[in-house]
Amino acid sequence: MWFRNGFVPLKKEMRHRKIIIAIGLTALVGVFACARYNGPDNRLVLSAEEGEQLAGGSNNTVFDQSTNAFGFSAPALKGMDELNFAVGNSFFKQNWVSAPASAESRDGLGPYFNARTCSGCHFKDGRGRPPRFDGEEASGLLLRLSIPGVNPYGGPRPDPNYGDQLQDRGIQGITREGNYSIVYTEIEKVFPDGETYALRQPEYVLNELNYGPLSGDVQISPRVGQQIIGMGLLEAILESDILALADENDADKDGISGRPNRVWDVFDQSERLGRFGWKANQPTVVQQTASAFHGDMGITSSPFPEQNCADPQGDCQNAPDGGAPEVTDESLESIVLYVSNLAVPARRDFDQPEVLQGKNIFNAIGCAKCHTPSFKTGIHDRFDNLSNQTIWPYTDLLLHDMGPGLADNRPDFKATGQEWRTQPLWGLGLIKSVNGHEFLLHDGRARNVQEAILWHGGEAEAVTRNFKNLSKAERAALLTFLYSL
Amino acid sequence: MGGFALATVFASCNQKKGCTDQKACNYDEKAVVDNGTCDFCDTTATLKAAIKENYANMAFANYQDAYNEAVKLRTAINAFVDAPSEATLQTAKEAWLAAREPYGQSEAFRFANGPIDADDGPEGLLNAWPLDEGYIDYTQGGTDYSIVNDPVNYPDITKEVLEGLNEKNGEKNISVGYHAIEFLLWGQDDPDAGKRTAGERPFTDYITDGTASHQARRGTFLKLCADLLLDHLQLMLDAWNPKASDNYRATFLAMDNDEALRNIFTAMGTFSKSELAGERIFVALKNQDQEDEHSCFSDNTHRDIITNAQGIRNVFTGTYTQLDGNTVSGASVQDLIELVHGNMATEMNALSTQSIDAVNHIPVPFDLGLTNETIGGDGPIMKAVIALQSQGDKFAEVAKALGLTISTKLPE
Repeated sequence: MWFRNGFVPLKKEMRHRKIIIAIGLTALVGVFACARYNGPDNRLVLSAEEGEQLAGGSNNTVFDQSTNAFGFSAPALKGMDELNFAVGNSFFKQNWVSAPASAESRDGLGPYFNARTCSGCHFKDGRGRPPRFDGEEASGLLLRLSIPGVNPYGGPRPDPNYGDQLQDRGIQGITREGNYSIVYTEIEKVFPDGETYALRQPEYVLNELNYGPLSGDVQISPRVGQQIIGMGLLEAILESDILALADENDADKDGISGRPNRVWDVFDQSERLGRFGWKANQPTVVQQTASAFHGDMGITSSPFPEQNCADPQGDCQNAPDGGAPEVTDESLESIVLYVSNLAVPARRDFDQPEVLQGKNIFNAIGCAKCHTPSFKTGIHDRFDNLSNQTIWPYTDLLLHDMGPGLADNRPDFKATGQEWRTQPLWGLGLIKSVNGHEFLLHDGRARNVQEAILWHGGEAEAVTRNFKNLSKAERAALLTFLYSL
Repeated sequence: MGGFALATVFASCNQKKGCTDQKACNYDEKAVVDNGTCDFCDTTATLKAAIKENYANMAFANYQDAYNEAVKLRTAINAFVDAPSEATLQTAKEAWLAAREPYGQSEAFRFANGPIDADDGPEGLLNAWPLDEGYIDYTQGGTDYSIVNDPVNYPDITKEVLEGLNEKNGEKNISVGYHAIEFLLWGQDDPDAGKRTAGERPFTDYITDGTASHQARRGTFLKLCADLLLDHLQLMLDAWNPKASDNYRATFLAMDNDEALRNIFTAMGTFSKSELAGERIFVALKNQDQEDEHSCFSDNTHRDIITNAQGIRNVFTGTYTQLDGNTVSGASVQDLIELVHGNMATEMNALSTQSIDAVNHIPVPFDLGLTNETIGGDGPIMKAVIALQSQGDKFAEVAKALGLTISTKLPE
């Protein structure tokens, strides 16, 4: 048996909350139901669960593992929606230019910005990475800023001189806010079985600050652009299903809490469950999208109508704008349609023995406690193709304390400085095909999946310890499973 | 009730059962009652092989026309750059328009997992669009940091330099291909589509001490683009050359019939619905923006659309009419559908002719037409979009009926 030795099998926890709650979640129950002993030599035989290769469900899964794997529309998207997907894509890929320009539907960049185009940070709808050299444009990493306290809506309180994000670009005639460099420290470590590994700890140094000093107590949170597949499906997960997984006070004493973020919805003008972003600080795809336009490209929209200038930045406030708003509601709608309906690539090799063994380990050592394998979506009120889909995102969309090693120490609504949202793992194995790298975690510090696992601390401490105690072959099987996602 | 049942039994006992379809390979001429055993095995296999052969012949003939017209274009461009005048510029423009006619049809061979858009294929070097004019040359209100006007960063303009700069640091940074040549000949299109004018670059942009600056560099740029066009089209000629034995044509002919058919259907469906209806027409209509039209400098977008649609029909009907009037014709996808699903063939052909008809009703110039049309209404541009989209969906449906599941989605 693969779990005969090497780590504590967490039997107690398995009997507790997750399994009981997971009665509605066929996934977890299914995993164990599928592991059975049979055959004359009484060997463990594993089989795949029904439909698990269809990561985005029957309507929204695409069979492609090429460099374009994240770029296809949901196969079930038809008619005018399908045509508008192409329109959304044109806005997603195009460069925005500074106003005034002849291209009226795409002017309004800046005054400050991090990227000129959505695809700058989500190249091929995929994942960004830390810059290769100081000042590289639009690699996909940006720095959020704030000072202690909260804004009137319960969110982060902006730095008085620089706002809530460092924009490292400016349009012609506008001096950028500043720049930063990253210094990595290599940390050498050893698995219990003697194999060595290394992690790199980043440190961010802000420089060339052009609008006065940063607040002395400024909090900095680096964030890298994520692949944007399956966003509409995550939006369609029932709130009650997410909340059912929460265990704020760790009532079941399994060491894992899981808290929903509650964030400000600018459309409803009310507090709602956060689902998107590294700290689950955005409630909907449309707000996530409009907010990225605003913060990352300096483009106003009806939910975010004000130019993104901090108080002392007079040249920013006086710069010409590209209309009010700069991205029209209609264009925003096309982009939201696009982002909501990017299909999820199907799993590869999902029924191969090593993958199934890896999946069993994933469940047994506790990864699935937060990386919830499967949900059935509810009704998406805009896109029928996203409704009632059995999907395999491997996330609970909840916040978890990941320990001091990963902490950004910058609270974001209800998320503390140590909490991060569980990352969806779908598409994980294809990031390299699409983006040519596999820098993972919120700031891309992990250079591959194994490093990302090893950074997990806090609530995941015991699980990470279990991982370290696996045999080399078991670790390899787990990774093989993860790369099949 | 009882009598009816008896009659049925009686009839089926006395009338020979078997395959009654003459097109099936197990057609039984004595059979009266079809028992559903028709097998189109050999017939379909033979037909599929013949479709492949004809498809490969059409591809070669089409690229040959594209190449020959590009040779004429190069001749006209050299004559223009060597002796710029209104007349030589006009001749070069006409050669460009003529060169687009066969190339537009050849685009039906895209999206087929074939050589044109292979990882090392030349598509992006031939037909990339829309392009950022300011990357190549001066624009109204633009900066001086264009390739033509920046001898500091681009001291030498060579084939290698231009090819290396294509799509560098951005998909719109296009330095070579048909549309780079188009911009170098026509210049920027007037943002006011109502004027019905294409770009109006003066020929003096190519005369030393004429208009603009860096005239000699501009001339070199243009000539090299014409050379590169031939280099890149040559790759397609090589890939489809029937006299070669180690090229893509050979691979294609040796390919499993159904895989080849799947590629052909994927191409027709994807090109019709996603690329042509979606990317090339609807995006421009929805954005009401000539920045999104295919050949904006020459106002030739309507011909791009028509030749693209014609290319799809060529593949469907298995007939390509060469520029010299000869035809390459043979077994077609249409024949196959006819053989296996006769009624679908009628529907498919209706959608094909409807698409051709609809694209021929798109107003000229396209940029003016799109601003005159209500988005999502039933104007002529939207009608073409719907026809091409329906055609693409039908290709997918027919493919499925033939046992070939395809996707007509474009990677975005």
